[in-house]
Amino acid sequence: MKKIINNPETVVQEMLEGMVAAYPQYVRKVDGFEVIVRANAPIKGKVALVSGGGSGHEPSHAGFVGKGMLDAGVAGAVFTSPTPDQVFEAIKAVDGGAGVLLVIKNYTGDIMNFEMAGEMAEAEGIKVASVVVNDDVAVEDSLYTSGRRGIAGTVFVHKIAGAKAEAGGTLENVKAVAEKVIKNTRSMGMALTPCIVPAAGKPTFTLAEDEMEIGMGIHGEPGTKRTHIMKADELVDHLMEKILDDIPYKSGDEVAVMINGLGATPLMEQFIMNRRVDDILKKNGIKVYRTFVGEFMTSIEMAGASITLLKLDDELKQLLDAQADTPAFRQL
Amino acid sequence: MAVNSAELIEIINLIAHDIQENKDFLTELDSAIGDADHGINMSKGFKAVTEKISTMADKDCGSILKTVGMTLVSTVGGASGPLYGTAFMRAGQAIGAKKQLGFDDLSILLDAALEGIKMRGKAQKGEKTIIDALEPAVEVLKSSQVDTKLMNAAVKAAKEGVEYTKGIIAKKGRASYLGERSLGHQDPGATSCYIMLSAVYKAISH
Repeated sequence: MKKIINNPETVVQEMLEGMVAAYPQYVRKVDGFEVIVRANAPIKGKVALVSGGGSGHEPSHAGFVGKGMLDAGVAGAVFTSPTPDQVFEAIKAVDGGAGVLLVIKNYTGDIMNFEMAGEMAEAEGIKVASVVVNDDVAVEDSLYTSGRRGIAGTVFVHKIAGAKAEAGGTLENVKAVAEKVIKNTRSMGMALTPCIVPAAGKPTFTLAEDEMEIGMGIHGEPGTKRTHIMKADELVDHLMEKILDDIPYKSGDEVAVMINGLGATPLMEQFIMNRRVDDILKKNGIKVYRTFVGEFMTSIEMAGASITLLKLDDELKQLLDAQADTPAFRQL
Repeated sequence: MAVNSAELIEIINLIAHDIQENKDFLTELDSAIGDADHGINMSKGFKAVTEKISTMADKDCGSILKTVGMTLVSTVGGASGPLYGTAFMRAGQAIGAKKQLGFDDLSILLDAALEGIKMRGKAQKGEKTIIDALEPAVEVLKSSQVDTKLMNAAVKAAKEGVEYTKGIIAKKGRASYLGERSLGHQDPGATSCYIMLSAVYKAISH
């Protein structure tokens, strides 16, 4: 393992300290907890958004803490959901009296830990609601799995629900728009190389030089299919086919596109992917309203990328365009 | 069997020791069908447990078990933290303020633990989880008057439960995303559960 770290056991804490040192104008850390909140939290009368999950997905989630997006990001151990006491602390730190929305990615551990935290907060009289993001079409949503996973599309939920809260939406309004985003967001990813969890010290799986994994999750958990390596266009065709199949699209529909690098894939390759995505959408008569290319939800140093489409309506377009000012997402 | 608070702490320390010894093994099992952190997180959690309960010898058994549960919830993370945490908390509630535990209590507390895990994880037997090891063990304990021999049979049933997980497809947790690719692998959660039960047997049979 070659990594720029001091000690595998302190990576999360040291990362958060470095982040706060870089962006004191945006965020601060809650003492004694792996919780990043807005520098001016709590904001009185505003619905607060709390998200989080295992670390290793930077800039998610703490990087999106700031005006127009999240109020708190809770950082668990690498690829491990944060514990209920951490999430509870985040809820308390950002509650401005209007209630708190928990944005949870659909993983068994995340749901249980956030649920327990929500129960603790409600016992203290804080209004809590939650939404579960499940945008990954690689995994079947059926009774026989824990449902589809939450991946990069989660950032669209942060952006749009965050804008709704900033505009003065009630907890019910913010939850409703978050659910609308979830209903209209679909993603799928792939990987060329595995990643190394610092505490494990070795890759969680191996891929031969001529292999790739389709439907890769964001935790190094195996995907749905291992294939020979494909050219960029062929690969994008494959991912887009599954994404477009999952919600009915018609000519004239508008979408936001997100090409998300998993950590070790250069922008060069991400743009090559986006070129093909754009072609496919044009051919289907689907209009690209906005495109975001870069790293939003990574998987440590994994090489690979995911594609996300969000089907838009007027409300979602307006909220997507609203101002946001956070360490990892600025739109002024 | 008569286990007082100090002896209960020793049993939990033995569980912690065995989890620690199997840390890499559990992580390896988890890397095949999960996210490669089960051993790491369980070992971290039980290290914290050992410290936390070291001064509790004068407390009742229920409080000790509840403290174990709360410590696991706040240190393990993932799905295992809430599941095992809830299990120990429910076990502690079931035992209450007793300062001495007998064989019957073993059956009562493990049954409460099982119910806690089922509630928190919304899971049942046959979904490739902790329950596949724990439920067969609890069934054995409930089948007759509990003694060392029956506990040995319960541990064997848990071991068979672990073996059984190799032949089934995961329906809960991250392994469920693999579909048929989870076949052939034993469940890390069922395995850690077996390790704990087996540590309890070792402790009470000595």
